[in-house]
Amino acid sequence: MHLKYESQLREPLVMGNKDYHQVTEDIVHPIEAKPSKLWYIGFYIAVALLLFGIYAIYRDVTYGIGQWNLNKTIGWGWDITNFVWWVGIGHAGTLISAILLLFRQGWRTGVNRAAEAMTIFAVMCAGQFPIWHMGRVWMAFFVLPYPNTRGPLWVNFNSPLLWDVFAISTYFTVSLLFWYSGLIPDLATVRDRAFTKLRKKLYGIASFGWTGSTKHWQRHESLSLVLAGLSTPLVLSVHTIVSFDFATSVVPGWHTTIFPPYFVAGAIFSGFAMVQSLMVIIRKVFNMEDYITLGHIEAMNKIIVLTGSIVGIAYLTELFMGWYSQNKYEGYTFWYSRAYLFSPYGWSYWGMMACNVLSPQIFWFRKMRRNVFVTFFMSVIVNIGMWFERFVIIVTSLYRDYLPSSWSVYYSPTIWEIGFYLGTFGLFFTCFFLFAKYFPVIAVAEIKYVLKTSGEGFKNKMDKIEEQPLDTFIHDNAHAH
Amino acid sequence: MAKKKFVVGCFDEEAVLFPAVKKVRAAGYKIHDVYTPFAVHGLDHALGLRETSLHTAGFIYGITGTSTALGSISWILVKDWPLNFGGKPNFSLPAWIPITFELTVLFAAVGMVLTFCYLCQLAPFVKKHHFHPRATDDLFVMVIECTEKTNVDDLQAFLSSAGAIETDVQVAEPGWWLGTYDKDETTFENSNPVVA
Repeated sequence: MHLKYESQLREPLVMGNKDYHQVTEDIVHPIEAKPSKLWYIGFYIAVALLLFGIYAIYRDVTYGIGQWNLNKTIGWGWDITNFVWWVGIGHAGTLISAILLLFRQGWRTGVNRAAEAMTIFAVMCAGQFPIWHMGRVWMAFFVLPYPNTRGPLWVNFNSPLLWDVFAISTYFTVSLLFWYSGLIPDLATVRDRAFTKLRKKLYGIASFGWTGSTKHWQRHESLSLVLAGLSTPLVLSVHTIVSFDFATSVVPGWHTTIFPPYFVAGAIFSGFAMVQSLMVIIRKVFNMEDYITLGHIEAMNKIIVLTGSIVGIAYLTELFMGWYSQNKYEGYTFWYSRAYLFSPYGWSYWGMMACNVLSPQIFWFRKMRRNVFVTFFMSVIVNIGMWFERFVIIVTSLYRDYLPSSWSVYYSPTIWEIGFYLGTFGLFFTCFFLFAKYFPVIAVAEIKYVLKTSGEGFKNKMDKIEEQPLDTFIHDNAHAH
Repeated sequence: MAKKKFVVGCFDEEAVLFPAVKKVRAAGYKIHDVYTPFAVHGLDHALGLRETSLHTAGFIYGITGTSTALGSISWILVKDWPLNFGGKPNFSLPAWIPITFELTVLFAAVGMVLTFCYLCQLAPFVKKHHFHPRATDDLFVMVIECTEKTNVDDLQAFLSSAGAIETDVQVAEPGWWLGTYDKDETTFENSNPVVA
């Protein structure tokens, strides 16, 4: 028997007096109902952005990436900024489902499914940038090590750029497997409720013939736990390796040993902000306030203020080291190119500081952490701030390098570079709208698992258990298998 | 596989299910399976199932990934096409750690998921008999295999006395076959669900 008791001091994870069937009804309802007008409007806007992005990419391939305003000095501009930004966002999903599973954070059950989906879509968007930045994209398969007729000439396994190829593709694959293996039982739930033949057929195919057998559940639990154990270091490794792209170079502002932890904290920071933006909308549109409660939002805001402050300490450490190292180039990059407000890109540095370090401090106040509007507003601010961070790191280090004769003119993106970025927004939201329409956005089976200990309707009975004498309490609640 | 006869008992409470499992097993019946809408912890022990070895398989896949990565990178960079990267040694292990790690995780994850699907016989277009459509919603469905000696009526009465809210006798194929679910015998509507 599993533990039936959870302290009353813990906030319920599922509000309302619900039974198992009610949980199924609530979560599966949006899949079975006709989508609202709002869904169609959002979906069409997303598709329009996606089409514009495809056109921008068509132009990139036809005319070359010169149309991005990149030059010899600033060879990486918006594209790599956007790449790192999207990969960072893609960190929250697997963090929620893996690390929080290992830390036994019960509240992850309400948000993990949608956050994992978001991760997968964000990594898909991230992948576009290095691929199309190659220019001759039909040669993209050259990044893979395969026996070839050019020697064979192999890829350089000592290069962080190749590490990135392996890290991102592994991360995408493992996240996808983790997400889908968790979805199978829930898709079976949708299949068994299906009211048309077509739905029954499609959800039947998608749920792989899942029956809910005890042995299958036992293996499923083992699989989830091991995948969580594997994904935990994987999440940390991916952004560490992304940071190696910069940290192993000799460019001032990039050649920094604190990059790996600093990037990982930043990734979690921006990822949680994106999860917040989406969750605040989902819980409203699909009436899921009972499952994504203010408690969930507060928990995520705590992570945002923690990781935002870690990122803030990293910024200050960099500034300190820029002075303490007494390295002229470092000092120039950190204290002139970045931190001096009136330098050409000073605005981006101070935008970053304001958005990432100062504004999240509002979440020290409980009232603010539990305010939905503040949360949504802050989540957008944080994502803007994290975009600035990547822009600051990339552009301010490149535009004035060691050789003053190659210092770049002021770099600004073209409409096609912006269009490409908007296109990835289109891709992301098109996928997310389809996900929200056709898949359960909350893990049905996992909610049922925590319902009897953490559901509001069941928590009311906990005070009776708390009044029991200690012996009875232990007898009734200690594991009895 | 031949079709078999099963007695099905549905429970709506874990607290009733566990003693019922104990009673049914003590009475000497063979429980074919219990279908549940979510992972009920301890039920595998109550049914006397052994621990899964899936994680051991995962470990073996993991070290396969490690050795694949180290083996191929060292063969490529030391033997097949040694390149001079800034005068560094050809066998530069620290620089290979990231890819070795990634391949370890990749092999372990992909291998485990495929093994999981193989063991549980899960794949697109696989179809299995469903004893109750609400087994994925809110019922715990205990399925007992009948032998020629089983008295079906007695067993049904026994299940009801153990707390089953619904009992049933079904002749079904216990394995899997290729097919889709649109030609299902039982539909959700006919299973009198609690309409919210």
